[in-house]
Amino acid sequence: MPILLKERSILPGFSLSLGYTMLYLSLIVLIPLSALVWKTAELSWHDFLVAVTSKRVLASYYLSFGAAAVAGAVNVVAGLLIAWVLVRYRFPGRRIIDGLIDLPFALPTAVAGITLCTLYAPNGWLGGAFAHGGAIGSWFPATGWAAEHLYTPENRELGGIKIAYAPLGITIALVFIGLPFVVRTVQPVLENLGPEMEEAAASLGAGRLRTFATVIWPEIWPAVATGFALSFARGVGEYGSVVFIAGNQPMKTEITPLLIITKLEQYDYAGATAIAVMMLLLSFVMLLAIGLLQRFSRLKGV
Amino acid sequence: MRLPILLALVGVLGIHPAVADDASLLNVSYDPTRELYQEYNLRFAEHWKQTTGQVIAIKSSHGGSGKQARAVIDGLQADVVTLALAYDIDVIAEKSQLLPADWAKRLPDNSSPYTSTVVFLVRKGNPKQIKDWNDLIKPGIGIIPANPKTSGGARWTYLAAYGQALLANGNDQAKARAYITKFYENVPVLDSGARGATTTFVERGIGDALVGWENEALQAISSIKGQFEVVVPAVSILAEPPVALVDKNADHHGTRAVAEEYLKYLYSDVGQEIAAKNFYRPRNPAILAKYASQFSAVKLFTLGDVFSSWGEAQKTHFADAGVFDQIYQPK
Repeated sequence: MPILLKERSILPGFSLSLGYTMLYLSLIVLIPLSALVWKTAELSWHDFLVAVTSKRVLASYYLSFGAAAVAGAVNVVAGLLIAWVLVRYRFPGRRIIDGLIDLPFALPTAVAGITLCTLYAPNGWLGGAFAHGGAIGSWFPATGWAAEHLYTPENRELGGIKIAYAPLGITIALVFIGLPFVVRTVQPVLENLGPEMEEAAASLGAGRLRTFATVIWPEIWPAVATGFALSFARGVGEYGSVVFIAGNQPMKTEITPLLIITKLEQYDYAGATAIAVMMLLLSFVMLLAIGLLQRFSRLKGV
Repeated sequence: MRLPILLALVGVLGIHPAVADDASLLNVSYDPTRELYQEYNLRFAEHWKQTTGQVIAIKSSHGGSGKQARAVIDGLQADVVTLALAYDIDVIAEKSQLLPADWAKRLPDNSSPYTSTVVFLVRKGNPKQIKDWNDLIKPGIGIIPANPKTSGGARWTYLAAYGQALLANGNDQAKARAYITKFYENVPVLDSGARGATTTFVERGIGDALVGWENEALQAISSIKGQFEVVVPAVSILAEPPVALVDKNADHHGTRAVAEEYLKYLYSDVGQEIAAKNFYRPRNPAILAKYASQFSAVKLFTLGDVFSSWGEAQKTHFADAGVFDQIYQPK
């Protein structure tokens, strides 16, 4: 934005407010982040690469980023639906449901983690039903597609689905904490959209599917992408709610934030920050890609 | 990096780095000593008032042993530390120089006024017939230790399992390694702390045996009666949780005299009795004999017998790419 700097803005107070913004961002965001990078700089390039690419660390990236992406995708579908229902329909209890959406924000993450774990553990209500021998678990035999793709080794022998202490449980915890991000970013856009555009589309002869695909989706998709990005970013770094349900087995159910804690417990500050910097980098690249995609599509739309 | 952490601690815990007016003492301890020090702090405050007339406020902070050590290094103003293993205090001495490197020699019994060991907690009636270490590595058995990388108690558990395998196989490292590999193959959930592991075993019903601190196992059966049994193996490790004065902090606060007495009093009959009541094995043989029904006879080996020193054990077994990491490398 070089033009803004040369010409005087019509709104007064630009330099003051920009100065304040820069100072605040530096204090709150940039200083801690540069301290992180600074600490990592204790390591040589070789040590850094070894620290961030060991097999165990790679397995944890795969799990953390994979589970966060799947959870983000689930939240996009479910969150869009919920936002749609809340915006377009009026029904008794709507306000209560609207309030419920924010609960995963308000609940301390450790409480969420313990609650989910109690529910999905093999002796919990839901975990028990899905475990082998349970009401739903007995639908899932020890062989077949599900066995190949979803099961843990013990379920391959016994059948049933293991939720807590398996990647599935981690994904469920991330779905739980990520849901409000999608709903709260899509909701205001849907509200602004109003039913008029749909009515216009309908009166011009578009079917429902076409109305959605060509009228609604192009309007809301940047918000959906933002919701996904926020849900994903939160999921990648989430510790409190995941660590109880994860099982924490190296190579299998160990999330990256846990590895960072593990390094800290061993007084390996530089190793811990190295993994953190790597996570930050990966997340930043992904968020940037989503941001660029949004910008690109807006430019194309004009 | 240090400064932000320090500031955060000061903010979160409300600890003032400046010297407090009335005498107060901060004991930075680990998780399972919560009940022990709750009782001991009250008794010691009485004792201190009787002998000196001074009123003292004692605060205890509890958390994972390694995490607590790191907090002290980063500036938590502990007058004394009472942690799960000597290595954590060694690291404080090495990284912060707040106390001398030979701190362990300053009090009797390697500065460990009470001890514990590693035992198994099994479900009522011992349905899987788990009696000794070799029963834990049978196929189909699920065992719950905590992660030795993040938990002090779990490090004792690992060393107990590895050490007894060494002793049983005439110091054959390869056989001990085979044992420890099978041991962790039977672990369905690896919690980061001892209390978390207890929760997984007791509340979630995962696994057939919880392997960990004797004091935690005894505590569990005394608070939840009738669902679990303690199984004491024939051989186990003598776990020595050490205590130490943090010299520079105590001198800075002017609390050296009371801090030294606080640690010494742990060795007194009163201190030993409180330890025994809270399921730690007292060093005093007379008091240990009094609580003989609580502590089963077990052949104990020390860390020094098998692993020479904490530094060595840490380097060979728990450091990155050490034996524990190798267990989990994909074959």
